[in-house]
Amino acid sequence: MSDTIKTSDLDKAFKDEVLTEPGAEKLILCFNCTGCTAGCTMAEHEPNYNIRQLLRMANLGMRDELLNHPYLWNCTTCYKCQERCPQGVPNVDILLKIRTMAVHSGIMLDNHRKVAQLMAKTGHAVPINDDNKEKRKTLGMNELPETVHNYPDALEEVHKIVAKTKFDKLTETQS
Amino acid sequence: MSELSFFLGCIAPNRYPGIEKATKIVMEDLGVHLRELKGASCCPAPGVFRSFDKLTWLALASRNVVLSEEMGVDLLTVCNGCFGSLVDANNVLKEDLELRSDVNKVLAEVGREFKGTIRVRHIMEYLYDDVGVEKVKESIKYPVDLKVAVHYGCHLIKPSKERHLGSIENPTFFDELVEATGAESVMYKDKNACCGAGGGVRTSSLETALKLARAKLEHAKAAGVDCIVDACPFCHLQMDVGQTEIEKKFGDVFNMPIVHYSQLLGLGMGYTPQELGIDMNYVKNDDFIAKIEKIGGGK
Repeated sequence: MSDTIKTSDLDKAFKDEVLTEPGAEKLILCFNCTGCTAGCTMAEHEPNYNIRQLLRMANLGMRDELLNHPYLWNCTTCYKCQERCPQGVPNVDILLKIRTMAVHSGIMLDNHRKVAQLMAKTGHAVPINDDNKEKRKTLGMNELPETVHNYPDALEEVHKIVAKTKFDKLTETQS
Repeated sequence: MSELSFFLGCIAPNRYPGIEKATKIVMEDLGVHLRELKGASCCPAPGVFRSFDKLTWLALASRNVVLSEEMGVDLLTVCNGCFGSLVDANNVLKEDLELRSDVNKVLAEVGREFKGTIRVRHIMEYLYDDVGVEKVKESIKYPVDLKVAVHYGCHLIKPSKERHLGSIENPTFFDELVEATGAESVMYKDKNACCGAGGGVRTSSLETALKLARAKLEHAKAAGVDCIVDACPFCHLQMDVGQTEIEKKFGDVFNMPIVHYSQLLGLGMGYTPQELGIDMNYVKNDDFIAKIEKIGGGK
């Protein structure tokens, strides 16, 4: 990251799109105080993860570097930095917006595709399994919870919604 | 008797059914009837699904809220992640009419409409604000003589806008509800730190996620607690199943019991660990189970 950034390489349209997220316009008020990164729990454990830097890249319009950034997916969304920001920048909301832009550009981690497909198919990101059907019975409960698991019509509604928003296509495995 | 719909989410019913059962029991004893939210889906998880496609996240979250609107009751969740999705979606759709219109076009496909008529509640803030610490205290038949590390987690209190739960740097309401059971809430290092599971990190980078959980477990253990008490099945899974993964990846053994607040409250009301499913954790700690069996002794 020590190379000189050339303004001719920056993508202003990308920045403008990031700023369409409600509240994201506060990003331009960021004066790089680094309070976000200093308090970041993830950064304590993964020192290369730097939320300030990611948001700075968004502010400059560094589209390709950001969408492919190896640490874009490290935020656990604990919201500590967003709460503490003296400029009121909604850091996490902005980061999540950038992530959606990566996904809509076809950049998505394999395990995220898997969990997205699992939810689109079963209605649960963590569906029931045999072990837990047994645990439920031991506790005197019905084998299946009163969720989409027990109501096929309700699951059909989930299928219709993900088809309508094209989420099923968005998250399908790339060949 | 008050009535709420009970939004189960994924991990409580499908990995820790004891949390689902304990919640129904303790709320009924407190005079709060929980009605099944039939046909609800994943909330869907805020860190992952909102990271993929905001409209899908809002549409599925609002469908869950609409199911409760149609029943005419507020919705209760026992999970910080579900709370994060449902309260944030509910609030934004109440305020942003343009976004509501986009979402309702999707919901029209399934014959439903978001109207913005109910509140989304998390069990901890509901107990604190609507039931009250005093009433919780009165429900305790057998004081829970345990030292516990309270884990607030993240999405219960943050983003703080519209949650109105007091200080996010030094919250106290969860500790007060824990102490109402007779347990002692012990201060430990980085008490408010994240468990590491959220944001899709556990799904995509397990080892990284576990580093955060390991720090949490180390700090709780150093404080000499009997167990960690949470109010989120995803934090619960991360800190319980996570211990088996931490042992494999890093070699650390904690043997730390993880208990949901509904289960802790159930102990004080006189239910057994078996009735509350506390013995069904992935980490087996027989000494802890023997200790909590002595609290009430069945009902």
